[in-house]
Amino acid sequence: MPPVLERPIENQTNNGSPVLEPVYCFPDSLRDVHTHYCPGCTHGTIHRLVAEVIDELGIRERTLMVAPVGCAVFAYEYFNLDSCEAAHGRAPAMATGLKRVLPDQIVFTYQGDGDLASIGTNEIIHAAARGEKITVIFVNNAVYGMTGGQMAPTSLPGQVTSSSPAGRNPAIQGHPIHIPEMLAGMPGVAYAVRRSVHSVAEIRKTKKAIRQAFQTQLDGLGLSIVEILSSCPTNWRMDPAGALDFIRDQMVPVFPLGDFKVIG
Amino acid sequence: MQTSIVIAGFGGQGVLFAGQLLAHAALDARKHVTWIPSYGPEMRGGTAHCTVIISDRPVGSPLARHPEIVLAMNQPSAVKYAPLIGLGGLLVVNTSLAEIPATRPDVRLIPVAANEVAEAAGDLRLANVVLLGALLATRPILPAPVVEKALERYLPERHRHLLDANRAAFRAGYASQDEQTRLAA
Amino acid sequence: MTIKLWKGNEAIAEAAVRAGADAYFGYPITPQTELLEYLSSRMPALGRVFLQAESEIGAIHMVYGAASAGKRAFTTSSSPGISLMQEGLSYIAASEVPCVLVDIMRGGPGLGNIQPSQADYFQMTRSAGHGDYHPLVLAPATVQEAVDLMSISFDLAFLYRHLVVLLADGILGQMMEPVEMPPLRTLEDQMPGWALTGAVGRPPRNITSLYLGAEQLEGLNLRLQAKLAQIAAYEQRWESYRTDDAEQLIVAFGTVGRIARSAVDQAREQGQRVGLFRPISLWPFPAQPLAQLSRHVDSILVVEMNAGQMREDVERIVGGPVHFLGRMGGMIPTPEEIVEALPMKPKAQVHRNGSNGAAPVKRIKERSYAPSA
Ligand SMILES: Cc1ncc(C[n+]2csc(CCOP(=O)(O)OP(=O)(O)O)c2C)c(N)n1
Repeated sequence: MPPVLERPIENQTNNGSPVLEPVYCFPDSLRDVHTHYCPGCTHGTIHRLVAEVIDELGIRERTLMVAPVGCAVFAYEYFNLDSCEAAHGRAPAMATGLKRVLPDQIVFTYQGDGDLASIGTNEIIHAAARGEKITVIFVNNAVYGMTGGQMAPTSLPGQVTSSSPAGRNPAIQGHPIHIPEMLAGMPGVAYAVRRSVHSVAEIRKTKKAIRQAFQTQLDGLGLSIVEILSSCPTNWRMDPAGALDFIRDQMVPVFPLGDFKVIG
Repeated sequence: MQTSIVIAGFGGQGVLFAGQLLAHAALDARKHVTWIPSYGPEMRGGTAHCTVIISDRPVGSPLARHPEIVLAMNQPSAVKYAPLIGLGGLLVVNTSLAEIPATRPDVRLIPVAANEVAEAAGDLRLANVVLLGALLATRPILPAPVVEKALERYLPERHRHLLDANRAAFRAGYASQDEQTRLAA
Repeated sequence: MTIKLWKGNEAIAEAAVRAGADAYFGYPITPQTELLEYLSSRMPALGRVFLQAESEIGAIHMVYGAASAGKRAFTTSSSPGISLMQEGLSYIAASEVPCVLVDIMRGGPGLGNIQPSQADYFQMTRSAGHGDYHPLVLAPATVQEAVDLMSISFDLAFLYRHLVVLLADGILGQMMEPVEMPPLRTLEDQMPGWALTGAVGRPPRNITSLYLGAEQLEGLNLRLQAKLAQIAAYEQRWESYRTDDAEQLIVAFGTVGRIARSAVDQAREQGQRVGLFRPISLWPFPAQPLAQLSRHVDSILVVEMNAGQMREDVERIVGGPVHFLGRMGGMIPTPEEIVEALPMKPKAQVHRNGSNGAAPVKRIKERSYAPSA
């Protein structure tokens, strides 16, 4: 857990001692609890970025989260938001239902690559085709984390996983799926970008993109999606620092960072 | 005759392997046997345990509410399982990572500083095998040579280079009780 | 023959390989993922097909395709994944292509948990998709039995051109037990006369589940029903344990069946005359043998890891209410718990407690156990 400074309640103190300026606060949109994520996993970083953005936009009380099936299955216990838990891959459909009946609320899904790019491709593509005004936080760690590191649709060519023991062979198991590139061609999509969290600089850029994705929804422009390259030291069998290097050196060349569509 | 054994500790302490080793040895000794782990994502970095049942008849339930033998490799396991041990049971506790828990008078307590013994035998990670040695010296549910043989046969390929260290750890665990047992006798 | 320790999931996978499985399609889900992982190296090593599907919907429809080509195709999953497969199962049953499905059940409903459960009893015996049919459902209690049943499941599927389900739970999938594996079968390159192989020198074949005419569709249904009647007549499997002199009967299947076996032994040690009836085929349910047994006992206790799904079958068969012990959500009944739930107490206890103990016997005796047949 990062050190947590209490947010000063008043800017004044009674006893004349100097006023403390908060330089680091725990986001309102996150709960101050321990997560179950493995050491070095960047789900936590991404949770925090999303929470900070929601705080900064002042939309915590009108934001609804749809949690996935995957390592982030308990995201609803970590975010201090109204939230629900979708069946595996169906988060965009559930979010569609929410947004259609609550058009003034902000609805986002938080999905892994197995969830979104495998079992849930139908749901994400049709939510995009309909131009659902939802935001999708798409966490790509190139494996099925929760079930123990099987091959994901985003696994890299040659990547050894527990269900591709000989390494992913594109001739047999196909090529990695590039979701924001695919969705960018759809008129219903207003914002489709890819970012990473392997360094402080990239984390900053990721936060900006998340902010813009939510702003896109606030402006009613269409579906917004941020794919975020994320680490899984446990299933990649690496130490946390090595896993960040793996993102930079192995994943980024296959999943180029960038903006594929920006409207507004 | 039927014996139920629970082995519990942190994930990464070799709890599941220790149980599998016993199970393999039991099969080699022509016993009926089952092994069942705790499973699922909550295992990672958390606690793990497995249950081994060794029997002269086909095994019914592979789980035991009140195991006869508990190997507790860490504090949470010692606290959790000490009260659950069956009447006249045995608790082998790794005192390197656990305080000796309060037990009923009918429970036999075997404290072993397994981490230290393992380290002296060559590798800190072999505390699991040390505890097995201590168990078999105290209650010979299987002949020790059969377990040693199982070690040779079933140590996974990637740990082959640790075979000698494993054997040494097993013997050190055995010896740690051997003397006391003989003294007590 | 050598006996080795096998983990349930891996043993089932290997048994399928040895039974001549040509193709596997699956999707990861705990507590059956080891099946997929094991086959991901084992099947390609033998030059057979392994593919991780994009979802269970994808997986079952891939099986549908491979099975239509006359291949021994199978998939495996756990409860929420099976729910997704329902559509494909119905199409497969209607098209009469052979298919083997393994369900390593977990706690539900919903996402539930990954602990063992038997709450797919209805899903598999009653409602494995829309329409009028039942799959042939086999429920092993040990890893060895799972291997033995898996070994014949493709044969049954091809014999009847029907869906065969191996129904186990997280305990059986995750536990290790000694297993004697059957040898690797080499199968003749059999090409069933209905398989899609390319219409070379013969009229085209069609595998479909679409029958727009009501008469035609009723015709299909009548054929299916006739086939099911045949399966019901020939494929009942069960085990009785210490039932010869039993006054009380426990009925339990799968993992609970083996736990109940321990309960029978414990109760007998306390002087109670208890026996176990364990259906191995859940559809067709071994009704006749149970009905017969029920006439010789004073009480029946059904034990399940669900809210009493098989109990409904048992009550229908014995013609009256029975006692029931059910644990849910991944809770596993213990032998002690089952012994406690036995309606008749040990003799000594009855004497001590006087009034207690006699009542349930009387209530039971009032019941009619006349079999429905
Ligand atoms: C219908 C269904 N099939 C399978 C599962 C099992 N399952 C749980 S999480 C998961 C994979 C999640 O992977 P991903 O979306 O990449 O997220 P990560 O765990 O890596 O964060 C699977 C297959 C399920 N819960 N439901």
